Amino acid sequence: MDMNEIKEIFFQECEEQLAELESGLLKLNDGDRDPETVNAVFRAVHSIKGGAGAFGLEELVAFAHVFETTLDCVRSNKLEPNQDVLKVMLKSADVLADLVTCSRDGGSVEESRTRGLVKELEALANGEALPAAEAPKAAKPVAAAPAKPTDDSGFQPIPFTFDGFGEEENVVEQFTYEVTFKPTRELYSKGNEAALLLRDLSRFGEMGIACDMDQLPALENMDPEASYFGWKISITTPKSEEEVRAVFEFAEWDCELEVKPAEASEGEELPMIPVPFDLSALDDEPAEPTPQTETAATEEASANVVKAVNAAVEKKESAAAAAAAAAAATQNNAAAAASSAGQTIRVDLDRVDRLINLVGELVINQAMLSQSVIENDNNGVSSINMGLEELQQLTREIQDSVMAIRAQPVKPVFQRMSRIVREVADMVGKQIRLVTEGENTEVDKTVIDKIAEPLTHMIRNAVDHGIESPEKREAAGKDPEGTIKLSAKHRSGRILIELQDDGGGINRERVKQKAIDNDLISPDANLSDEEIDNLIFAPGFSTADKISDISGRGVGMDVVKRSIQALGGRISISSRPGLGSTFTMSLPLTLAVLDGMVVTVAGQTLVVPLTAIVETLQPEASAIHSFGANQRLISIRNSFCPLVDVGRILNFRTNQANPVDGVALLVESEGGGQRALMVDAIQGQRQVVIKSLEANYTHVPGIAAATILGDGRVALILDVDAVVGASRGQSLKPEMSLAAAG
Amino acid sequence: MKKKVLTVDDSRTIRNMLLVTLNNAGFETIQAEDGVEGLEVLEGCEPDVIVTDINMPRLDGFGFIEGVRRNEKYRAIPILVLTTESDAEKKNRARQAGATGWIVKPFDPAKLIDAIERVTA
Repeated sequence: MDMNEIKEIFFQECEEQLAELESGLLKLNDGDRDPETVNAVFRAVHSIKGGAGAFGLEELVAFAHVFETTLDCVRSNKLEPNQDVLKVMLKSADVLADLVTCSRDGGSVEESRTRGLVKELEALANGEALPAAEAPKAAKPVAAAPAKPTDDSGFQPIPFTFDGFGEEENVVEQFTYEVTFKPTRELYSKGNEAALLLRDLSRFGEMGIACDMDQLPALENMDPEASYFGWKISITTPKSEEEVRAVFEFAEWDCELEVKPAEASEGEELPMIPVPFDLSALDDEPAEPTPQTETAATEEASANVVKAVNAAVEKKESAAAAAAAAAAATQNNAAAAASSAGQTIRVDLDRVDRLINLVGELVINQAMLSQSVIENDNNGVSSINMGLEELQQLTREIQDSVMAIRAQPVKPVFQRMSRIVREVADMVGKQIRLVTEGENTEVDKTVIDKIAEPLTHMIRNAVDHGIESPEKREAAGKDPEGTIKLSAKHRSGRILIELQDDGGGINRERVKQKAIDNDLISPDANLSDEEIDNLIFAPGFSTADKISDISGRGVGMDVVKRSIQALGGRISISSRPGLGSTFTMSLPLTLAVLDGMVVTVAGQTLVVPLTAIVETLQPEASAIHSFGANQRLISIRNSFCPLVDVGRILNFRTNQANPVDGVALLVESEGGGQRALMVDAIQGQRQVVIKSLEANYTHVPGIAAATILGDGRVALILDVDAVVGASRGQSLKPEMSLAAAG
Repeated sequence: MKKKVLTVDDSRTIRNMLLVTLNNAGFETIQAEDGVEGLEVLEGCEPDVIVTDINMPRLDGFGFIEGVRRNEKYRAIPILVLTTESDAEKKNRARQAGATGWIVKPFDPAKLIDAIERVTA
């Protein structure tokens, strides 16, 4: 392990501490007054500060220090954590998070932001009202204190050997001190040892020592834990009086100590008794200087020490002994780790990914094996076949279990959202409360990583456009404080994330007008409410008349929709005027496997995600209706549904296939409505392992990914929404189409 | 014989830094995450010196030090307090609880080793 790895650990830990901090502050905000909550919050900041100090991240240390000081006031009940105080603290937590991010990725936080908050925090700590504008004059020195070790012991160890005390002394001015040192019993009870302190002192220079044994009682009166000895020392050293005193720093309170420069007058030497014990005997290895006494660059020094230690091991110990020692050390560590581990372990994500990949291969292999056995075992009763069935089940279970390893609660992402709500609400002057539900719902880590961004955008949108201003809300008879509810739950093998606001709902008139202005629909289009609502997902649609700072960053809901789709998810909106809107996202639990329907199209094998399919049917000739030049509809239970020839869309063939010869897959696509996808035949249903096409090739419109089938063949996984979109005339770009791409 | 150091700190970062520093200096290191675990681990590992943090969940450094000092078997082990608190009050409390000495975070590896050398034979 080197410093960079530890730094990596530090930043990971920061993330955890920041989450802890925020959830603690939010609990306090909800009226929780449990001292343990306050302690946890304090500890989080304290821990960040401690680690940051170790890496010399001074900006971070300085801010954390001020924050910590204020939190300490809350902890010691000097400061009541009311709403105003918590508002400052939550903001500080946000800035702290930014400072951490900046420390990791570079960049800097605007100084004005930190400075303002530092003033507010200090004012709180000093028991003042929040400063209106002017900073309190009594501000404590902030940045300086923690960055430097203020109570530096002043130790300046000098290289020293036992056979030549202070070799460089001829150049340096020497002082002689007389030291009187009389420990009390407390000194020993705290684990200090007078002899060790004297040894330390002896390293400063030439030393004469006399032991004062006057108080030593007779043996029968002796208390084994009492302190009877005192020492008078005369030492000649280049060190200052402070440095000499510093040797006794740890013992300061538990001894009588006098240090004074020796009187200049010669001949008045202390009556020196020979030292009653050999100081050097205290050292295990008297011949070697203590490791690392130089103040050289840390890393270099440690490297040297490693070398020295290694050399020593080679020299002194047999390989077996070294191995045994190492084993013992590992065992000790393992024991310590085991007891501390509790219910979780930390595993490198790479390892889990590797395992998942391997299990993916195993699934494919097992499928191949099954297939070839079935082909060679016509009656299907051999014992191999039975065993294979069991293997199939086991493989499936292993796969599920491995997937579960990577499952993570959505909590961290949800927590981040509360900050965004706070910030944006502050910026636009709205009062908004974020309520979260189902934070512990678990989903694959890869999915979690990818939903943060679209979710952030939607939250911004909801705050900026969804919730009305407090005045407007009051006028409408609503609570001036708006509520945004973010919830997650599992439903039929997918995760459902709902974002609900109690704002004004979608202004359909305005949306429609905008769509007409932007040439998205024709002015005389007759659209259902649902279709109008879904227009906000159309590319190039933005309802904000002026691009605002918050949600108008050049991306609209179409980008959100696309990123959700890229995850194999769907998004829809329902809105009630005056009551608010609800966005519903349905996402797969994992991006690694997919339940698919294997179909044949123009001789090619394709996989259609099962989640997209509503039903399959064999069209009858009477149900097919031509419509326009080359559009066809199929009537299903008295409603008409456009027919999409997958083979043509993907340029597998140029002629339209006869629907009666094939199978129609009724799919539900985003943007409303159903479509019937025409394929030639259905081969079966199968769980397939998703292999990214983009990682190995390039993005192909209409194709989401690829997979390997049981017989070892590669099959493409259909991007249903893209195909449906293409059928609407938003053609797959020809130069990028499958045929052109090869 | 390698000297054995028990480190008690709730921060993974600091625990790792201690581990690297101490191992490089030829110490054997045993780790604990808080005071409670520290007292558990203490039984059976018999360290030559203990380095502990103050602010920890479950059982803080003060409580931990008191626990060690109450234990007939281990009460003589030198304990160094590792803390960012540099003010006299905290130091004083740690001392009253029975700390042998202290090291201020962020620690300089050389100073850490120095302090350990100062309290161990």
